Amino acid sequence: MNTDPVVTHPPLQLIALDVNGEQHEVITEPRRTLVDVLRHDLRLTGTHVGCEHGICGACTVLVDERPVRACLMFAAQAEGARIRTVESLSDGDGGLNDLQRAFTEHHALQCGFCTPGFLILADGFLAERPDASKEEIREVVASNLCRCTGYQTIVEAIDACATARRGACATPCDMSAGKEH
Amino acid sequence: MSDVSMNDGPMSDVPMSERKLVGRAVRRREDPRLLAGRGRFVDDIALPGMLHAQFVRSTVAHAELASVDVSAVLEVPGVVAAFTAEDLELGDIVAQLGRPLSEFVPTAMPVLARDKVRYVGEPIAIVVARDAYAAEDGLEAAKISYVTLPPVMSEEAAFAADAPLVHAEAAHNTLVDVSLFATDGIDGIFTSAPCVVEVDTRTGRQNALPLETRGAVAHWDDREEQLVLHTCTQIPHQVRTVASRCLRLDERAVRVVVPDMGGGFGQKCVVGREEIAAAAAALRLRRPVKWIEDRKDALTASFLAREQHYRARAAFDADGRILALDTDVVCDMGAYSCYPFTAGIEPLMASAEMPGVYKVPAYRVRGRAVTTNKAPTGPYRGVSRPQYVMVMERLLERAARELALDPVEIRRRNVITDFPYTGVNNITYDPGSYLESLNLCELLVREEGWYEKQTAAAAEGRHLGIGYACFSERTGYGSAAFAQRKMKVVPGFDISEVRMDTSGTVSFTTGTMNHGQSHETTMAQIVADELALDIAKVRLHQGDTDRITYGFGTFASRSITIGGSAVRLAAAKLGDKLRAIAAARWDITPDDVELTSGAARRRNASDVLTYEQIADIAYLQAHLLPKDIEPGLSVTATFDVFNDGTFSNATHGCVVELHADTGQVEILRYVCVEDCGVAINPQVVEGQCRGGIAQGIAGALFEQVTYDAQGEPSATGFMDYKVPTAHEIPDVLIHHLETPCAFTETGAKGAGEGGTIGAPAAVLNAVNDALRPTGVELDHTPITPETVHRALNGAPSLELSS
Ligand code: FES
Ligand code: FES
Repeated sequence: MNTDPVVTHPPLQLIALDVNGEQHEVITEPRRTLVDVLRHDLRLTGTHVGCEHGICGACTVLVDERPVRACLMFAAQAEGARIRTVESLSDGDGGLNDLQRAFTEHHALQCGFCTPGFLILADGFLAERPDASKEEIREVVASNLCRCTGYQTIVEAIDACATARRGACATPCDMSAGKEH
Repeated sequence: MSDVSMNDGPMSDVPMSERKLVGRAVRRREDPRLLAGRGRFVDDIALPGMLHAQFVRSTVAHAELASVDVSAVLEVPGVVAAFTAEDLELGDIVAQLGRPLSEFVPTAMPVLARDKVRYVGEPIAIVVARDAYAAEDGLEAAKISYVTLPPVMSEEAAFAADAPLVHAEAAHNTLVDVSLFATDGIDGIFTSAPCVVEVDTRTGRQNALPLETRGAVAHWDDREEQLVLHTCTQIPHQVRTVASRCLRLDERAVRVVVPDMGGGFGQKCVVGREEIAAAAAALRLRRPVKWIEDRKDALTASFLAREQHYRARAAFDADGRILALDTDVVCDMGAYSCYPFTAGIEPLMASAEMPGVYKVPAYRVRGRAVTTNKAPTGPYRGVSRPQYVMVMERLLERAARELALDPVEIRRRNVITDFPYTGVNNITYDPGSYLESLNLCELLVREEGWYEKQTAAAAEGRHLGIGYACFSERTGYGSAAFAQRKMKVVPGFDISEVRMDTSGTVSFTTGTMNHGQSHETTMAQIVADELALDIAKVRLHQGDTDRITYGFGTFASRSITIGGSAVRLAAAKLGDKLRAIAAARWDITPDDVELTSGAARRRNASDVLTYEQIADIAYLQAHLLPKDIEPGLSVTATFDVFNDGTFSNATHGCVVELHADTGQVEILRYVCVEDCGVAINPQVVEGQCRGGIAQGIAGALFEQVTYDAQGEPSATGFMDYKVPTAHEIPDVLIHHLETPCAFTETGAKGAGEGGTIGAPAAVLNAVNDALRPTGVELDHTPITPETVHRALNGAPSLELSS
């Protein structure tokens, strides 16, 4: 006989999520985290899980364009918000955007497990702070964990991308021009 | 400084066939999918009807299992099944060495604990449910009763006269005890030497900590009559062997497939119990079963490493030349021997290789593995070398102080300079740049003005220190080298198959297993060069035991040295066949055919057969082939190393500042001068160095797995196990030297581990240099802020009580 209150059958609920501009409806338990719904219900497996307690940042997604740890948020809490994941960065043909290309040029990834988290973190950060200095970028990079690279090339890649975007913007520019094909 | 060209990616306009790719920073083949979020890691796999497993784990460190009752688990909503050791009747995982019982005691690791539990977190039962949440719910309902035993939580407790035994068969809780070398007259040398120094050094238990935890997805394939086990492992074929033995299946009835892997660093280089249990559950239920380790289990119940204790002394002559080295090393291997390496992995590595880059005329070592009630030890990047290099470097530093010699000068007087050099440890070192790297590293630090900055800082009452570590790393261990270890599984050779299809493009295999090292790129560079083919037309396949004949996986920096050599030999063999077919068509000898730009060309003539045309003959027009050439374009080659392997080397220089108020160690500069022979892809080599150094710094300053007296692990999350971030890890200046290896097919030496090996010693030496005015010398890692704070503030050191 099991009397543990935690295991009484959890009710299901229907939630609506806006992910990468697409509308999804998911039937889920209220306790299911956003990252699990993204990965396992919507099969957007680019967002990763490294700790499930908010430290490593592998699960970082943008919620209304702000970086958020998707392991610390219930999916239901994301209703009504715009969610963006790493899958939104490249175009449908797999063309990489300027940030992704900077990562490959600077060898900012090895196993690639942390990479989606850093890309999304940087994407959100640079949109808010396009003038960020390399030191500010390092501060932000310090909010996620990478076990492979030693971080230097991640900082360099983001800095190079920011610098290039600023260069491109020295002449009048469109901030959404980040996506190149 | 590295003069790596960064703009020679595969998209360049120059035809690939006219340039060599080896030696260039070719863009990684792996990157586009990983950057787009389209990698496929084990937890990304979803199969129809898939169930999810978690493990009921021991909550006590040492106990007899009185009863295991999972009946209530089955009542939990969503739970489908729960199995104990008794239900599954699996064979045990047993790792063997071919050594006498006096040197090695084999012990069995059951897949699920049977009669006894030996560490907190040991798996006792597997719970399978419709999703991971329900599986977690199920764990709570298991009822385990224990008859607790006193836990053995330290080397001292393990050796105590009345110590409880972790394994009844292992007296004194000792799994390995070897005494080696013992040069004649060594005691006399110590008695008469003008300078004898000693260190007593302990290094903290660490977690290799791949960011992706371990995991597996298993299912039975009725059509192939095969268990398919997707798992993130560095050693797919060894997992197949153990799975087939434990599950009592023919080995062909197990297929291990490795998806993209989020790091491993050795932790995934052993066969885990959970992947076998998940496979067993999948067989029982005839449904796919997924197990993904959570971070708490990864921190507490996976494979750990590095907890070692050295009592070492060295004798020097008056000029600072080493006369003798005498070491006793004890490695705390936790509860079980890991497969395939055994509990010998750390003590045998340390014992065999400790003299390192130095000329040591006399040597004696005793290496022991003790078993304790902690999660077991597996390999971790560098295996023992970060520790014994640190001890050697401490001995040299201490002697330099005694003899009033400059710390770099004393190294200069001792590093091996004449190659090949056969050491007192019966190992022959191939040529390296030990002295050159040492001199250059010091020069780089000096040219940046750090010695002046140190003096200026001291005048301001600040504490700057400069430290070095000079080391080599044996890579490319072939069968001969591992056979010396007396392993029952002697890893060594590698096999590669290179196959061309009818369109003239190439698929090739390796028995090594990339998990971040970029083999899809570097090995393709080797094949593309050998066949004069566009790298885009060359594709590596790895990590599938049905597709790869055999392999030993990736560890010990063996992949490029051994795997890369096999790949090159196989590509060359295919090239020979392409030439032979073209020669037969032109009725000339193959020597008069050369391969360039994806085609065979007749020397001094305009005749050309593209690879596509040759492949057309080989497969679709086989009647055109001469009798002595078989149809098809598929060849295999093997490579092994029949000597002691090849030694990469490096010197690391580190500048630290100690903060008196907080005890914090801040790394101001880090310089690495490394030599891994021919760098297939210098950018990749630099990545390996930087990442390795970061892990070495982590061990020197931050990370430690600790337990309370009852054997409860202190860290269950990243709040308590402090993994360094971009705040703590400095930028690293890397300079390459190149001493090509004479016997690998590419001239490459291994590059995977060096960074990790040098960093703890460089950091510790720098900290001790900064502490010089206080007279305190630290010998243990991790160096905690408390220790530094006490040292700077004149309080007695707590170090020795650790
Ligand atoms: S998985 Fe969310 S922060 Fe680690
Ligand atoms: S690239 Fe492997 S964790 Fe960052």
